[in-house]
Amino acid sequence: MKFNFKEITSRDDHLAPGHRLCAGCGAGIAVRNVLKTLHEGDHAVIGNATGCLEVSTYMYPYTAYTDSYIHNAFENAGSTMSGVETAYRVLKKRGKIDDTYKFITFGGDGGTYDIGLQSLSGAAERGHDFTYVCYDNGAYMNTGIQRSSATPMYADTTTTPTGKESNGKPQPRKDLTQIMVAHNIPYVAQTTFLGNFRDLYLKSEKAIYTEGPTFLNIMAPCPRGWRYNTEDLMEICRLGVETCYWPLFEVVNGHWILTYEPKEKLPIEDFLRPQGRFRHMFKKGNEYLIEAFQKEVDKRWNELLEKCE
Amino acid sequence: MSRKDRLSGNEAVAIAMRQINPDVMPAFPITPSTEIPQYFSNFVANGQVDTEFIPVESEHSAMSAAIGAEAAGARTLTATSSCGMAFMWEELYVASSNRLPIAMALVNRALSGPININADHSDAMGARDTGWIQIFSENNQEAYDNFVMAYPIAEHEDVHLPIMICQDGFITSHAVENIVIEDDDDVKKFVGEYEPKHFLLNADEPLAVGPYSVTNYYMEARRAQAEAMAHVPGVVLEVAKKFESIFGRHYGLIESYRMEDADYAFVLMGSAAGTMKEYVDGLRKEGEKVGLVKVRMFRPFPAKEVAQALSHVKAVAVLDRAESFNNVGGPLSGEVLRALFLQKVRCEAADYVYGLGGRDLLMEHVRSVLEDLKKLCAGETLPAFYRYLGVRE
Repeated sequence: MKFNFKEITSRDDHLAPGHRLCAGCGAGIAVRNVLKTLHEGDHAVIGNATGCLEVSTYMYPYTAYTDSYIHNAFENAGSTMSGVETAYRVLKKRGKIDDTYKFITFGGDGGTYDIGLQSLSGAAERGHDFTYVCYDNGAYMNTGIQRSSATPMYADTTTTPTGKESNGKPQPRKDLTQIMVAHNIPYVAQTTFLGNFRDLYLKSEKAIYTEGPTFLNIMAPCPRGWRYNTEDLMEICRLGVETCYWPLFEVVNGHWILTYEPKEKLPIEDFLRPQGRFRHMFKKGNEYLIEAFQKEVDKRWNELLEKCE
Repeated sequence: MSRKDRLSGNEAVAIAMRQINPDVMPAFPITPSTEIPQYFSNFVANGQVDTEFIPVESEHSAMSAAIGAEAAGARTLTATSSCGMAFMWEELYVASSNRLPIAMALVNRALSGPININADHSDAMGARDTGWIQIFSENNQEAYDNFVMAYPIAEHEDVHLPIMICQDGFITSHAVENIVIEDDDDVKKFVGEYEPKHFLLNADEPLAVGPYSVTNYYMEARRAQAEAMAHVPGVVLEVAKKFESIFGRHYGLIESYRMEDADYAFVLMGSAAGTMKEYVDGLRKEGEKVGLVKVRMFRPFPAKEVAQALSHVKAVAVLDRAESFNNVGGPLSGEVLRALFLQKVRCEAADYVYGLGGRDLLMEHVRSVLEDLKKLCAGETLPAFYRYLGVRE
């Protein structure tokens, strides 16, 4: 697969400007760039779990999508697209349509790691030919920054607030990407926004154009929930990758491939410090929180390296 | 050629589905509707249909996938019961508000708890305000016929709403009766091809489904849905008329049985109508002027027809196969009494809850109801708005 940055950026957008997402929000960036990989002439049906993205991109009577789009509810983006994709196969089989369609579903981490996990798992196990993209911003942002199972340890959210007796979320985050790998689907990858988006582009294209269920987990920061300056979005993503908090890898037919290895693994403080949700970790006496966080990152990174060998 | 066959209600509905050969069927097993997807899976396995069957991982996903498939332009159906449909509840609203003519075979079963697998109408009554058309079947023949009529009603351009065809768990779903199965080609011709005007997979017209709609649009969306529901009775009758002209069996919104000169009327739905016809005959033999009004279409509610059928009686007893926990009566009586009031029909009325969790309706229960009605007509009052039949108090 080729990556020609100039040619790609000149392509028409599938997500039109004028949607209502916040400045510095990762969700819109994820959708816009994933959909850029659609080949010319191919049609798409975009699915969407309830969340920020949905309420900001299809507010009646305006849609920001140039393709067909379906939002159903919060917990069922996987099964909804199962129905759409099955309809495509049967209508094609019966000669009622002849165009080529691709099926791409977007859900936040709440709609994917938590309430929509069963629906996604069922759709993946049944082998529907679709791509599920999780834009992981690590909390229920649409309802006002409540913790999800994707929320990192110690994050200050509105349901894991810091206080005299609390250092934020007590548990480390669920590893959904691994759970999706365990479904033995042909393609699973983790990416985020880096440099010229080469990594995200190549993985998205691979996911969309691999037959069968595929899964992309995209770290998509949220300025409101993470409390960083909107213009720092790309820097936050870079630090997530360079600290190995959010490693970039893909699993092709069960084969684990590390797609980026930092030359020098940065300490986790570098990722935590610019974010208001971790501010309490930097108070005097709380050094042990950072140590524990670093330990968890190291453990997961080493496990990943073993898998990728 | 039509043929006579000994079939359970589930098998009869599955045969109707085979004859329709829909595009997509997502389904999840739950007693007593499980046999329907089982029979259908065999039709798929043996090449008798070329429908795509989706063995989903829950009923919630069954309805979610049905919504996706139907929105994409595929004729879609499913089957469920009880807690299965309760699990779909949120999605039932999404289906109707998106104006998707999905057909569902609902095999009525009690809701938990305690968990019980037998017939009552609490599942359907829990979905009565979801915007689905609800048609109840008395016996296996009706379950089959109603399913054959489902799509011509639901897909009618003035309607475009989902429809559930209800039959009572085990009583009709598993009991075997002699019924008429119509010729495959005749059924196919009657049901016709599905040609949606707007669908996701139309390359000439991309479509967005399921918007976020704030206060300035939401109410209009609901109002438009109510307008579609207002078209349903006329379409149900039109389809029934065409059905009768081809297959010879007559259907209305309600069925009146020995009501012409009745002083006392029973109103109910589903399989108990068959039982009640026997009891009405028995009581008639004893000289009691009793009759039955069977409500076939519960949503939308045929208020005028029900009130008209009851316009000459001294007293009416509504028999509800579901509890409403409102201390006043069951859901059917609420509809019937409102119909009587609005149509200015004045008579005595009482409500009864019967048959919960599969309990039988017995002649002795019906006799006690008739005694109550006579007491009311004699100026006495009953101790409560409603009471249970055949229960250990």
